[in-house]
Amino acid sequence: MSILKPDFIKPVAIGAVIFAALAFLPSLVDSYYMSLAISVVSFAVLATAWSMFSGPTRYISLATVVFFGIGAYTVAVLGEVLAFPLVLLCAGLAGTVVALLVGFSTLRLAGVYFVIFTFGLTELVRQVVSWYEVNVTREMGRYVFLDITQNDIYWQLLALFAVLLLTGFVLGRSRLGFALRIIGEDETVAKHCGIDVTRVKVALFVLSALFMTLTGAIIAPRWTYIDPVIAFNPMLSFQVVIMALLGGPRRLLGPLLGVIPLTLLFEVLTASFPNHFSILLGCVFMVIVYLLPGGVVGLYEKYRAPKKRTLSTDTETTRKSEEKTA
Amino acid sequence: MLDIKNLSVSYGKHAALRDVSLTVDRGEIVVMLGANGAGKSSLLKACAGLVAAQDGTRINLSGAELTDLSAHKIVEAGLALVPEGRGIFGELTVRENLELGAFAKRARASEKQNLDRVIGLFPKLAERLGQAARTMSGGEQQMVAIGRALMSNPDILLLDEPSLGLSPIMTGDLFKALAAIRTTGVGVLLVEQNAHQSLAISDRGYLIENGAITGQDTARALQSDPAVQKAFLGLGAA
Repeated sequence: MSILKPDFIKPVAIGAVIFAALAFLPSLVDSYYMSLAISVVSFAVLATAWSMFSGPTRYISLATVVFFGIGAYTVAVLGEVLAFPLVLLCAGLAGTVVALLVGFSTLRLAGVYFVIFTFGLTELVRQVVSWYEVNVTREMGRYVFLDITQNDIYWQLLALFAVLLLTGFVLGRSRLGFALRIIGEDETVAKHCGIDVTRVKVALFVLSALFMTLTGAIIAPRWTYIDPVIAFNPMLSFQVVIMALLGGPRRLLGPLLGVIPLTLLFEVLTASFPNHFSILLGCVFMVIVYLLPGGVVGLYEKYRAPKKRTLSTDTETTRKSEEKTA
Repeated sequence: MLDIKNLSVSYGKHAALRDVSLTVDRGEIVVMLGANGAGKSSLLKACAGLVAAQDGTRINLSGAELTDLSAHKIVEAGLALVPEGRGIFGELTVRENLELGAFAKRARASEKQNLDRVIGLFPKLAERLGQAARTMSGGEQQMVAIGRALMSNPDILLLDEPSLGLSPIMTGDLFKALAAIRTTGVGVLLVEQNAHQSLAISDRGYLIENGAITGQDTARALQSDPAVQKAFLGLGAA
């Protein structure tokens, strides 16, 4: 479980080369493709950050857009008041505080209750922001006029994605990452092995939320106009879940395999069928869940190794059968 | 060392344990005998902080209060549980399963010594450290489960029916290992249905029925107690 093993250096070096090459993309393609690249990288950060927490714990969170929207709104409010790095810092702090509150109050909820809570949270935050704008600032919607180009956004997102992948890579080899995997497999065993289950879950939830918040903050200048409906659009949370599930949320690079095809597909769908987008999104969701429950990564592993890799334990099965009989 | 007073547990309206009191001393093996559903597992889970005990319960380990502590803090305080069904991770290697047991802060510094101690107790595990745990026999998996609990360097070890599903020979080996653990000063609280073999290695025993303690004595006395013989040893008094 130590971090500085020789097999640590090589993947990090390869990753650094790839990211350095990707940084030159703006000088190769025109602005339409840059806009597409920004979509891909932003979804890549969101889906990977989502999987960092939800992959091992199997807590399906629909709160992605809560943090994304908090980031975007922080920029809308503070963008012209503070220097941009400071705005990002404030956004990160706001996202962290909300994630801590949500984490401590909800991570004791299990299964479907957690899913519903996170979905409701989106609505709650959106309503609170709307209420504040209507009653306190008396202005719905804000303009974001910042001197930040499309290429700046792209580079910032790329850097954020690089940091996220490095974080995920280190985490996968750390004590914390090990603890999280054990919790996902069997929370009871994790507890009596001395793992502080709540703290580990909250720590990872906050970390994941921090990256989501920063994505929203970085991408906000692209919009020029933000209101609560745009910033807290629950569709985004669903898109992120679908992408992560298509790719495979239990491997670090898994979500990326879902992000690339689906971002392109969504791009085509929104352009060709703007009024039926959510129906088509639902269909894509069902196709993935029914046909590819383990994601692309799961499919690959199934054909490479005939035996499925799971960590389920004896107590888990006995506990489940106890629950059934109870 | 472990001192349980008036432990009560209920699931909804159903009372699983009523005012159970017992003690386990350093270097002592205590066995809790009872039928299925008598409350044995609830007793261990309550000690380990996995189910909530009711008001009035006091659980104390070497002077430290364990009542109402969360499960991971109880491990830090020195109590380790080997759950029923073992709860080891089949896809992890034996070494990883054991390392998981050393997660508690109290165990991190002495992880190497604890691993040596576990391998000293179960020499078979030495050659299997790199092997996935699911490839091993039930008895070997039980060794891993006990080893993992010992990796947290506990003062007291709780075992929930460790002999379940094991052959009599395996059970014999297992109980010999428990006797060896006792000599290192660790207290052992054992919950069992296998009265015959468990009484043979135990110092004292308690009988539990419908959630209450109905008898206690030295293991030797219990072995010759007609009621115990009838209920647990299959020597039905004719």
